[in-house]
Amino acid sequence: MSKNRELLSKIGLRLDGRRADELRRIRCKLGVFTEPDGSAYLEQGLTKVLAAVYGPHQVRGSRTKAQHDAAVVNCQFSMAVFSTGERKRRPRGDRKSTEMSIHLRQALTAAIKTELYPWSQIDVYVEVLHADGGIYPACVNAATLALIDAGIPLKEYVCACTASLANNDVPMLDISHQEEIIGGPTLTIAVLPMSGKIVLMEMSQRFHVDHLQKVLDQALRGCRDIKNILDEAVRSHIHDVGSSTGWANTT
Amino acid sequence: MALCEAEKTFVLHGVEENFRIDGREREDYRPMELETNIISHAFGSARLRLANTDVLVAVKIEVDVPYPERPREGKLEFFVDCSANATPDFEGRGGEDLAIEISNSLAAAYRSPEVFDPSKLCILKGRKCWKIFIDILLLECGGNLYDAVSIAVKAALWDIRIPLVKSVTVDGNNIDMDVSEELHNCQKLDVTGAPVMVTVCKIGEQCIVDPNVAEELCSVGAVVIAVSQDKFSTVLQKGSGSLHPQTLLECLQMGLSVARRLNEALLETLQQIKPSMNQDVGFLK
Repeated sequence: MSKNRELLSKIGLRLDGRRADELRRIRCKLGVFTEPDGSAYLEQGLTKVLAAVYGPHQVRGSRTKAQHDAAVVNCQFSMAVFSTGERKRRPRGDRKSTEMSIHLRQALTAAIKTELYPWSQIDVYVEVLHADGGIYPACVNAATLALIDAGIPLKEYVCACTASLANNDVPMLDISHQEEIIGGPTLTIAVLPMSGKIVLMEMSQRFHVDHLQKVLDQALRGCRDIKNILDEAVRSHIHDVGSSTGWANTT
Repeated sequence: MALCEAEKTFVLHGVEENFRIDGREREDYRPMELETNIISHAFGSARLRLANTDVLVAVKIEVDVPYPERPREGKLEFFVDCSANATPDFEGRGGEDLAIEISNSLAAAYRSPEVFDPSKLCILKGRKCWKIFIDILLLECGGNLYDAVSIAVKAALWDIRIPLVKSVTVDGNNIDMDVSEELHNCQKLDVTGAPVMVTVCKIGEQCIVDPNVAEELCSVGAVVIAVSQDKFSTVLQKGSGSLHPQTLLECLQMGLSVARRLNEALLETLQQIKPSMNQDVGFLK
């Protein structure tokens, strides 16, 4: 039992065979749907997330929400009832989803140039299809791609990542569900990777403040790696879309 | 989406000429894309894309106690979730009415034992049965939800793999089940009788199937027909308009013949599905 519960084996491999500083495989696609203004699908390991962006458009519902100097960013997080091992009762509206929505809005508002769209609203909807750890980071990354697909001006990419501390010593990147269950502290950050600014940081459980720096560094490194992966996906998507419209032939 | 009078007239004239706005005839469907087994942690799953309509269905199974009045039958539960990804109107609880409408019509269509035999799901009479949760996620609404949902549900039920129960031992109030641990040792469900729904939409003087969003806005009334093999399972009239009994009968006739062909095509497609390993599936494609 105790052997199974080790986060990091003696030879430095994790339960799923990764090394401590490795991300799970990220695969993504922009523009999966036609109805929303922007949409994206992202897989991070087994965690699968769909994101859709509507807007900027007129503020819906009560006009009192509208701001005279910035757009309102509205986020809704929901999880498909079949996304977890045990079937969920409700897809949204519970405490965890509400918290997720708020955190998502916090991270995205920091990246979107809201000042360009006064009196308007931008809707970001994320739907988790499979939850296997690191839901929040996957949602942020997918939402970033969807925002880019919608053509909404961003200050820069916003990427999120988790990190943990194994054996009270080694910082570990991108925590899976299995590792979340076994325990250990989890640090979730959302950053603007080019300027290196942190827009959201959340830590669960406790670890010594001396370790914080190296765990944070690890997470930051992860975010920068994710940014490169997303950037590549965006560029190849633009290339595909662009070449289908025949931009190579224009002079 | 809103249509002005001129656009509505255009749609109406197109239907009259048997040449609809997307070039189809009155009894034609839009192209469909069906994938099964795309959610790895579900017992069965399917994703159907009917032009712009996108539906994802996942099936989960749990062991439950049968209803006392029906001790020999398992349970079937439909749950529809309208994702806000489809339209911002579904945000919060906005999609609940539509969700309940769809799930109730599905439950009604599957209720008859000729359509779907729930006694196959019984493990031990009056004590244990399988409960099948059919969770439907609407990801994009491009018209004709009922048809898309019913096809996806049928495909997901076809894809389902129920673990094989090798033996059941009863010891007083304790019931021990010996479930086969082998991954490939499982039962499939017989879904040949599972209903396929067809929405017949009346536009002007004519009836059409598979309406897109614009056509749905022009229709005076619609009839949703669930057909199991050659028989009607349920008939549901929708929309705000009224239909003449004669028109209603015509709609039913048309729906029946279309549903028969649709069902044949679906079963044929399901037979052809082969597991593919190294291909991008689902949303990555």
